[in-house]
Amino acid sequence: MLLGLYNYWVVIVLMMVGFYIVIAHGNLIKKVVGLSIFQTSVFIFYISMAKVDGGSAPILAEGIKQYSNPLPHVLILTAIVVGIATTALALALAVRIKEAYGSIEEEEIQKKDNQIC
Amino acid sequence: MAFLVGVAFAIVRMKDLLAVIMLLGIYSLLSASFFVAMDAADVAFTEAAVGAGISTLLMLVTISMTGRSEHPVRHKPLLALAVVIITGSLLIYGTLDMPYFGSAEAPIHQHAAPRYINDSMQEIGVPNIVTSVLASYRAFDTFGEVVVIFTAGIGVLALLSVVRRREYTINDDSFNHSMHEQHLILRIVTKMMIPFILLFAFYVQFHGDFGPGGGFQAGVIFASAVFLYTMLFGTSTARQVINQSFIQLLAATGVLLYGSVGIVSLLIGKEFFDYSALSADPITGQHLGILLIELGVGITVASIMIIIFFNFVGRRNNLQHKENEGD
Repeated sequence: MLLGLYNYWVVIVLMMVGFYIVIAHGNLIKKVVGLSIFQTSVFIFYISMAKVDGGSAPILAEGIKQYSNPLPHVLILTAIVVGIATTALALALAVRIKEAYGSIEEEEIQKKDNQIC
Repeated sequence: MAFLVGVAFAIVRMKDLLAVIMLLGIYSLLSASFFVAMDAADVAFTEAAVGAGISTLLMLVTISMTGRSEHPVRHKPLLALAVVIITGSLLIYGTLDMPYFGSAEAPIHQHAAPRYINDSMQEIGVPNIVTSVLASYRAFDTFGEVVVIFTAGIGVLALLSVVRRREYTINDDSFNHSMHEQHLILRIVTKMMIPFILLFAFYVQFHGDFGPGGGFQAGVIFASAVFLYTMLFGTSTARQVINQSFIQLLAATGVLLYGSVGIVSLLIGKEFFDYSALSADPITGQHLGILLIELGVGITVASIMIIIFFNFVGRRNNLQHKENEGD
C-alpha cells in the first residue's frame, strides 16, 4: 500500500511546493520557477502512470514481451517543449514589466498601479 | 524521488534567485534521470536538453536584466500554507483509489495503448512506438503543439524584439574579446564540442524512427549548440553567422512543411496526415511522412528556440548600453 502509491504522493508534494511558491511569493521570476516545478510534477505523474513492472522502453525489439505505455510519453514529450516555449513567453513578460515598472515584485507593481489611478 | 523533494524545498527557502535557478537546473536533471528509470527514454532526452540546458540559460539571462535578489515576504504566508495543505490532502485522498504503481492491469494500459504496441509495426513499420504515435497516429495533435511553440516564439518576438543599432557592435566585440582571453580552456573545449553536438542533433533527428529521439529533441539540442556558440563568441558574431530574418523564415518553413504534408495526403484522396497516400507502398509512405514532419518539427523547434534566445540577449545588450549612456 505504502510503496504502491509512493510515487503519486511525491508528485503531490512537489505539486504543492510549486503551488505554494506561485501563491505565496511576490517575485515574478520565483513564480515562474514555481510554475515549472508544478509542471514537472505533472510530467512525473504521467510518466509514473505509464510504467509497467518488468516492462521495457517502448521501442520494439525481439524478445521483449512487456512494454511501458507509449501514449503518456508522447504527451509529455511535446508538453516539455511547449512548456519551455511558454516559460520563455512568461519571462519575456517579466522583462517588459521590469522595464515598465522598474521592479518585478508584485507589491511594488501594485503600489505603482494605485498611484496612477 | 526524495532528492527531488529536497531540492524543491530548498528552492522555496532560497532568496537568491541565481541559486534558485541553479537548483532548478539540478531539479530538471534529477527528473530526467527519473524518466530514464521509468523507461521513458524519449522524454528523458527532452527534459535533459530543455530543463537543464535551455530553460536555465533563459532564466539566467532574465535575472541579469531584472536583478537577482528577492524581497522578503512581508505578509504572513499562513493563508497560502493552509490552502496548499488542504489541496494536498484532498489530492492524497484522491490517490487512495489509484491503481498501484507499475501494475499492468491499470485502466490506462487497457485502452488504445495495446493497439499501438501490437499493431504499430505492421501499420507504420517504425520500431520506436513513441515516434509512430507522435508523428503518425497523433500527427494532428503534434501539429497543434508545433503551432503553439511557433505562436510562443512570435509572442516573444513581439514583446522583446529590438531595433539593432550599428554603433554598439564595436563596443560589444571589445567586451567579448577580453572575456575570451580570460577563459582560454573553456573556449577551446567548447569550440571542439560544438561540431559534435550539432552532429548528435542530426543523428537524433534522423534516427528517431529506430531509437529514442525525433524532431523535438533534435531541435533543442541543435539550438543549445547555437547557444554555446553565442555565449563564446558574443551575440554580434553569432548574428553574423545566423541571420535573424533567415531564422524567422525557417521557423515558418518548418510549420509549413508539417502542414503541407497533411495537405498533400488530403489532396491525394486520403485523410489529413494519412501518409500511406504518399507512396504506392503504405509502409514506405509512412516512413516518408514521418521523416518529413519530424524534419518540420525539428526546424521549427530549433529556430524558435534560437529566436527566443537572441531576443532575450539582444534586449539585455540594449539595456546595458542604455545604462552606460546614462552614466
